[in-house]
Amino acid sequence: MPAIALSILLVFLPLSLVTIGGGQSAVADMHRQIVDVHQWMTASQFVDAFAISRLAPGPGSLLATLIGWRIGGAWGALAATIGIFGPTALLIYGIAHIWSRFEGARLLKALEKGLRPVAAGMILAASYVLINSLDSGWIGRGLALASTALLMMTPINPLLLIGGGAGFFMLLHMTALV
Amino acid sequence: MPVSPLERPSAPQLFLIFAGIGLTSFGGGLSGWMLREFVQRRRLMSEEDFLNGLSIAQALPGVNVTNMAIWIGYRLGGRNGAIASWLGIVVPAALLIVLISTAFSALAGFELTHVALAGAACAAIGLSLSMGLTAARRVPRRVFPLAIMATTFVAVGILQWPLIWAVLVAGSLSVAVTYYHG
Repeated sequence: MPAIALSILLVFLPLSLVTIGGGQSAVADMHRQIVDVHQWMTASQFVDAFAISRLAPGPGSLLATLIGWRIGGAWGALAATIGIFGPTALLIYGIAHIWSRFEGARLLKALEKGLRPVAAGMILAASYVLINSLDSGWIGRGLALASTALLMMTPINPLLLIGGGAGFFMLLHMTALV
Repeated sequence: MPVSPLERPSAPQLFLIFAGIGLTSFGGGLSGWMLREFVQRRRLMSEEDFLNGLSIAQALPGVNVTNMAIWIGYRLGGRNGAIASWLGIVVPAALLIVLISTAFSALAGFELTHVALAGAACAAIGLSLSMGLTAARRVPRRVFPLAIMATTFVAVGILQWPLIWAVLVAGSLSVAVTYYHG
């Protein structure tokens, strides 16, 4: 593994453990390390990579993979991916393991029941933030709500729904409404 | 609902299911996708077991969706299931994002590309919201859990406090009260 890949690995390993709540929390620190401390990328290159990571399918933290790829090629991508996903993967693996051995213990039951309303609040909050960040106005919000209703009430394939959303906007665009 | 071992997917099958989820889930909301795939469509897990995993996946550091993949993989296929699911959610999507980044400069010139992506994003938010509503429906209809849910929502969504504090404060309070009430 080339030296640059090792440096990339060492940057992303500790970042892995601060990605509470879906990787977003680590982005600011990634920017600081990659752009300011190590100067591996310019600020605008970083923003480009960020935009692509939001548009691409898959976990948003693949931003790390993309950064690694841009800096250090295939080895860089591998190092960044292992760095950002590795430590937390081991952590959740350990918890899943303990969970299935001690299922039913009082503390675990309390953990599971007690965390349920917190998780519900967090997912609703994430949806709220996402809806507010839409820059497509009321048509976009309406589409988001209609998509929610369809998902909850019908067995529709989500990919079809998302493709439909894209098609709907293109149609609106061609009729000059958006 | 208990699942007999015969109905459980093998490690390669788990890899393929998660690869499919990772490659087709534009705009986030992957946990909504997983709920649909594992609980509603394939009935491999109970909604209860899924939501337990989700609470833990969100409270712990780590990307929720990869945490969920490991959780589901472990529940359904032990160690190999966990490894296969983790590789499935990360590796194909990682290869794809590298491809997309090389192709993106060519497509970025067309305005319609951005319009289509905006429409796709709106529809994709439905996955997140439907997931949130499903989870909210399973919160016990009592004052304390509902207050915890509302407080978490306000702190994270509206006041935009750091997630770690919301999880630590609301989570430990909620777990402690649940514990003492048996």
